[in-house]
Amino acid sequence: MTDTALTTENLAVTYTGNREVEALKGVSLEFPANQLTAIIGPSGCGKSTLLKSLNRLHEIQPNVEITGDVLLRDRSVYNTDEPVPELRKRIGYVPQKPTPLPLSIYENVAYGLKIHGRCDSKDELDERVETYLRKVNLWDEVKDRLDAPGAELSTGQIQRLCLARSLAVEPEVLLCDEVTSALDPISAETVEETLADLKEEYTIIMVTHSMDQAKRLADEVVFLYLGDLIETNDTRSFFENPQHERTQQFVTGHTAVEYTESSEESGADSETVPAER
Amino acid sequence: MEGSTDTAASEGRSRLGRRLLTERLSSYWLQGAGYFAIALFAFIVLALLYQSLPLLSEYSLVQVLASSNWNPAENEFGFLPAIVGTIYVTALTMVMGTPIAILAAIYIAEYAEGRTKTLVSSFIDVLAAIPSVIFGLVALIVVVPFVGDYLAPALGSGATGTGIFTVSLVMAIVVTPFMISLAVESLEALPDELRESSLGVGATKWETIRIVLLRAAGPGIFSAVLLGFGRVFGATIVPAMLIGGQTQLPSSPFSTGQTLPTLIVNDFGELMSIPLTQSALIFVGLMLVVIVWLFNFSAMLLRRWLQQRWQY
Ligand SMILES: Nc1ncnc2c1ncn2[C@@H]1O[C@H](COP(=O)(O)OP(=O)(O)O)[C@@H](O)[C@H]1O
Ligand SMILES: [Mg+2]
Repeated sequence: MTDTALTTENLAVTYTGNREVEALKGVSLEFPANQLTAIIGPSGCGKSTLLKSLNRLHEIQPNVEITGDVLLRDRSVYNTDEPVPELRKRIGYVPQKPTPLPLSIYENVAYGLKIHGRCDSKDELDERVETYLRKVNLWDEVKDRLDAPGAELSTGQIQRLCLARSLAVEPEVLLCDEVTSALDPISAETVEETLADLKEEYTIIMVTHSMDQAKRLADEVVFLYLGDLIETNDTRSFFENPQHERTQQFVTGHTAVEYTESSEESGADSETVPAER
Repeated sequence: MEGSTDTAASEGRSRLGRRLLTERLSSYWLQGAGYFAIALFAFIVLALLYQSLPLLSEYSLVQVLASSNWNPAENEFGFLPAIVGTIYVTALTMVMGTPIAILAAIYIAEYAEGRTKTLVSSFIDVLAAIPSVIFGLVALIVVVPFVGDYLAPALGSGATGTGIFTVSLVMAIVVTPFMISLAVESLEALPDELRESSLGVGATKWETIRIVLLRAAGPGIFSAVLLGFGRVFGATIVPAMLIGGQTQLPSSPFSTGQTLPTLIVNDFGELMSIPLTQSALIFVGLMLVVIVWLFNFSAMLLRRWLQQRWQY
């Protein structure tokens, strides 16, 4: 029914700096198109590493080794003639920390459009900038001060500006790394609403530290633990009927009342399932 | 039992009292240090101004600034040649040094990796730490003959090798490593998220550097260039060794000349006994201080504006 936008095949990433860290230990996954997949797991388990290796952003650091492959629509992201910037245009990335470019609000959104020569006229550019600012529910808040520096917005607004900047180049897949974790609860809610709107049209892969957020937003959930893929499932099954002991522990450790019952249930029969590691 | 809690409480109170006292004293002390810097600056300016008055009561400001005759023995005090020489040296040095400094800083901060990076940046730091008199010495052996025997003749000039161009070249070598170091620091202080955000929409590395990183690090790079400028402007030893002191208006960048600081060092010993000369040299010092101050002040305003415009 759903087709697959992005596939990882036995993807392993090792940081070879002073201390060798196997951040990902061979992860094979399928990310369905036009759905929102949430990657969860305790901090340091390799979520950001997985996300960045999907569009080769980890390559900007020295001392990283990667094996395995990533396929975008069945074509390798690593063994290809396609220039990396072209690839990253198709797989956009929004970092955890709200980061405006040192440009005006308008130029922040126009940045990618200009680089890729997407617009022939100023009018067309204006129109696109407006379209994407509307798409992230920011237009009404900034339409009177488009020439102000992007950094003058509040962090919640900046995070939506970052989304608009990424969306403006029409990526096929959007990678979001804990985009609400640096925000106050109210801004986080606005950004979350924006993501909920966007997931109709885009393939979104989102790292989150919040189970509740994953429950609210995600269609699919991927659970990583110490660089290993533990479990992946559609959101409902994942939370209501986790298959692995680790998942159960993680889910119960974080969930509130609503899931207690089901997790206790599965907690009980987990004792019969041999622990994987 | 009751007594002991009482003592404990009063001990606690006196301890708090001592801490608060220390707190207050340290803030006075820090404030004092701050005001002391201002007072020192004011004192220097006033002392220089006071000692310049004999010259300024004899000649008008316009006279001394616009006249090109410098001959203290004859009571002729024209600063124009030294002013022009200073402008020449500073401008030439910055024109040669700044682009190289920025490009090298970009290379070290964004392109160089691993051992190459460590090696290159440690050599740059060593160069920045060498006393400039050493550069002056090496230049006397190497640069002066090179300019005199090859470069100047090739450009159709009969210069001997010492002069404004040589000074500028050597000063560029002196300040460029210093500017590189500071510019690298401001590029490396940028958060990786800026790079990721730009690359994440499909920008190339060069586009990221040109449009994003150079702006974000702009105020820092600007400060680096400015500190370099300050060093060139006030440079004394290299110009004194290499400018080939002559007191006419320089006719070309290859000609010999004077800068404001060399005027002071060259005439300091012998001519200070003549009262008006002493006053004239002190006036040169006053000019240096005031110009540097004005420059730093306007640079601070410009930097603030840049920081506002290019914040991230
Ligand atoms: N640049 C790096 N150099 C060395 N180790 C790193 C680097 N980035 C991440 N790591 C390590 O890799 C592991 C996974 O990191 P990360 O992917 O950032 O985890 P998460 O996003 O789930 O918190 C952690 O142990 C972390 O310390
Ligand atoms: Mg992370």
